[in-house]
Amino acid sequence: MSGPSTYVPQSGLSRWIDSRLPLPRLVHDTMMTFPTPRNLNVWYTFGGILTFCLGIQILTGIVLAMHYAANADLAFDSVQRMVREVNFGWLIRSIHATGASMFFIAVYIHIFRGLYYGSYKAPREILWILGVIIYILMMATAFFGYVLPWGQMSFWGATVITNLFSSLDQLIPHLGTAITTWLWGDFSVGDATLNRFFSLHYLVPFIIAGVVGLHIWALHVPGNNNPLGIDVKGPQDTVPFHPYYTAKDAFYLSIFVIVFALFVFYAPDFFGNPDNNIPANPSVTPPDIVPEWYLLPFYAMLRSVPQKLLGVLVLFGALGSLVFVPWLDRSKVRSLRFRPMMKQFFWLFVVFCVLLGYVGSQGADAAWKIGGVSIPLVWVARLGTLYYYAFFWVIMPLLKNIETTKPLPDSITQSVLAPAE
Amino acid sequence: MRFLLPLGLALGVALSSAACAAETGDPLPPVDMHWSFEGPFGHYDRAQIQRGFQVYKEVCSACHSLSHVAFHNLSEPGGPSFTDKQMKAIAAGYKLPAGPNDKGETVDDKGNPLTRAGIPADYFPPAFPNEQAARASNGGALPPDLSMIVSAREGGSRYVYSIVTGFHKTPPAGFKVLDGKYYNPYFQGWNISMPPPLSPNQVTYADGTKATVDQEAADVVTFLTWASDPKMEERKHLGFEVMVFLVVLSGLLFLAYRKVWKDAH
Amino acid sequence: MATTTTSQPSPEPTRRDFLYVATGAAAAVGGALAAWPFIDQMNPSSAALALASIEADIASVQLGQQVVFTWRGHPLFVRRRTPKEIAESKAVDVNSLPDPDARNANLPDGSPATDANRGFKPEWLVVVGVCTHLGCIPTVSTPQVPQGDYGGWLCHCHGSQYDTAGRIRKGPAPQNLAVPPYSFLTPTRIKVG
Repeated sequence: MSGPSTYVPQSGLSRWIDSRLPLPRLVHDTMMTFPTPRNLNVWYTFGGILTFCLGIQILTGIVLAMHYAANADLAFDSVQRMVREVNFGWLIRSIHATGASMFFIAVYIHIFRGLYYGSYKAPREILWILGVIIYILMMATAFFGYVLPWGQMSFWGATVITNLFSSLDQLIPHLGTAITTWLWGDFSVGDATLNRFFSLHYLVPFIIAGVVGLHIWALHVPGNNNPLGIDVKGPQDTVPFHPYYTAKDAFYLSIFVIVFALFVFYAPDFFGNPDNNIPANPSVTPPDIVPEWYLLPFYAMLRSVPQKLLGVLVLFGALGSLVFVPWLDRSKVRSLRFRPMMKQFFWLFVVFCVLLGYVGSQGADAAWKIGGVSIPLVWVARLGTLYYYAFFWVIMPLLKNIETTKPLPDSITQSVLAPAE
Repeated sequence: MRFLLPLGLALGVALSSAACAAETGDPLPPVDMHWSFEGPFGHYDRAQIQRGFQVYKEVCSACHSLSHVAFHNLSEPGGPSFTDKQMKAIAAGYKLPAGPNDKGETVDDKGNPLTRAGIPADYFPPAFPNEQAARASNGGALPPDLSMIVSAREGGSRYVYSIVTGFHKTPPAGFKVLDGKYYNPYFQGWNISMPPPLSPNQVTYADGTKATVDQEAADVVTFLTWASDPKMEERKHLGFEVMVFLVVLSGLLFLAYRKVWKDAH
Repeated sequence: MATTTTSQPSPEPTRRDFLYVATGAAAAVGGALAAWPFIDQMNPSSAALALASIEADIASVQLGQQVVFTWRGHPLFVRRRTPKEIAESKAVDVNSLPDPDARNANLPDGSPATDANRGFKPEWLVVVGVCTHLGCIPTVSTPQVPQGDYGGWLCHCHGSQYDTAGRIRKGPAPQNLAVPPYSFLTPTRIKVG
């Protein structure tokens, strides 16, 4: 809903600036007067929360980099020096480590909100794809970052994940090994790997920031979607972003920060793994190698396929499937509020994602024992992976022809003034 | 949403029944202990940490290093809180490798390494000069560094306490205790290389506390918990202030948000 | 048309404005308090502070000899002066010195640079071994190998010359060598810093 700018500079100074670099104009148009649907609910505050998380991670990260030594002999010790001796080092490190988990909690809520309200549908396809790119860049950043403390999990997680590329040997002989050797800078994960991962960990967040800029720009062309999924019909359906959504976002952000602070101060090791407090030892493999929780669903998918190359393809295919969502779901109705059948498949999808995450956290041989029957978790992961793919490639395209959608309200204002649900 | 409830119930049943099965070698769950440092208002008992330090120094440091703890940490708030004078005396009691002398030698006439007294800036010196020497003195096993042991083990303080006090149990019939190892059901595989480290009255506490094995264990685990998490008291104290501030701020933001939106409808 | 946005400026603060002001103020205070750890983390860590003060054993320093310790990352010159060096230093007229200030951290600013004000005991001179010009380490002058004309130190970078009390006599350096805060714990052990 970006129309012509309504900014009118009030003072001589602001006119002078405006004619040279219209930055105040940009802020005014995008963050103050920007017409936003009046019915956005709490799930729409997570975009702002994510921007806050990115800022916090960059700020704490830059400060941590002042004390961190990116060298295999020194890294673990430098982190300990930081948390024991640098003023407030314990706090800044805790915020950064917890912040990564909070970042992913927020991004998953943000993604599921987009799926639920059909925010990926025309004309917001590029907005959605930019979001998928941000998500993938986040996972890369988190992966590089987790290696830096050079604990047991850092080292072995890096070994396992980079070894994924060696599966390419099955396609073209020697290609996979060449790639992993190139990634490692050595014949195994070591100091060379650590140094480059530090460099990349510092770099990628700024790439994310740039893509976030594009993401917000792409949002501002059509304007926000809303929980009803119907288009804005006129100014009566919107309110200016400031003060309505600045106030709302600020409040929900403070609730998010309360949860964040509870972890930072009272459960700083909640998201971590005790094995990462053991210095990396290339001669000793930990009994259970697990990535951080936000990567677990994909980890489960990877392990559910016995064949190495196929497992890697299933993993990357799962991420890649997200890109096609705007074209896989052909229903004209955006919001699942009006799609009762799809809504159930959606919640089942959520359940399977959580289940896959649980399976990813367990050992490769783990099993459920119900009654006298033992169900290996790898079969649960296979079911979950099957449903994941089916949700995008089968259910989304087909449901358009099968389901009966509920009638949509005429307009946002009409729905807000006389709530029907 | 209809079938979420039965699905969730099935999951709950499945998960709970999975927890019951245990195999030979699976460690017992750690002993249930209550510590002064648990909970949002937890703190380290000063006297207990100091006793724990005494146990570490007189018993554990023979094999286990504490390389991330510096002597000056002993006098900082939130830990044993020795006075500066006590801390310097403790540091001076340790021998650290001295640099080359004026002749460029690093060993004396008898071949022993040159040493100097510790200063506050030094870290606790290791028990052995290198990993190989440590293994050679301990039947091939490497006694782990204890600076982070509580945070590096699932179960934390309870786990370490259970290990240290868990040697008295008799192995089940048919279980083979390997040569040179000891039976400890809290340890993965039940065969641990460390001999039972604590016995009654192994240390004589300066404050007169009776030195039972349980007491020594609780004290040393408290000390080691501090070694893993020296900032715990500062963290919880600041956390309380931050939470109060955030709740007040959230309240204000909530009221402001409501006021702003009151006109919209 | 568009709904009303921010409140019109009223002639006096209303209850609604007070709430916004209070909320904004609380957020600003929170931001400032949150900023402090990020600023303080750049201050010296407790490891650096543990080395802020050192104790040096000076029993082995021979008469006429200088021993160099490290204090806060800088060289610390401890020189045991001969009676000749002490006499030479006492004979200098303070008013003729390029820098008449004692530069002694144990004395108030502006104390004159007399020989007595350069230390606690005439026999012992303790100075920071950093040339006050641009930071090079001056070379000590010995009877066997004299450096400079004043029997003290010569800085080879730009030619500053110091006397037997570490005071600048010739060359571009603006100040006498600094005397750090120190004290004698015993006659053979000093604590610096």
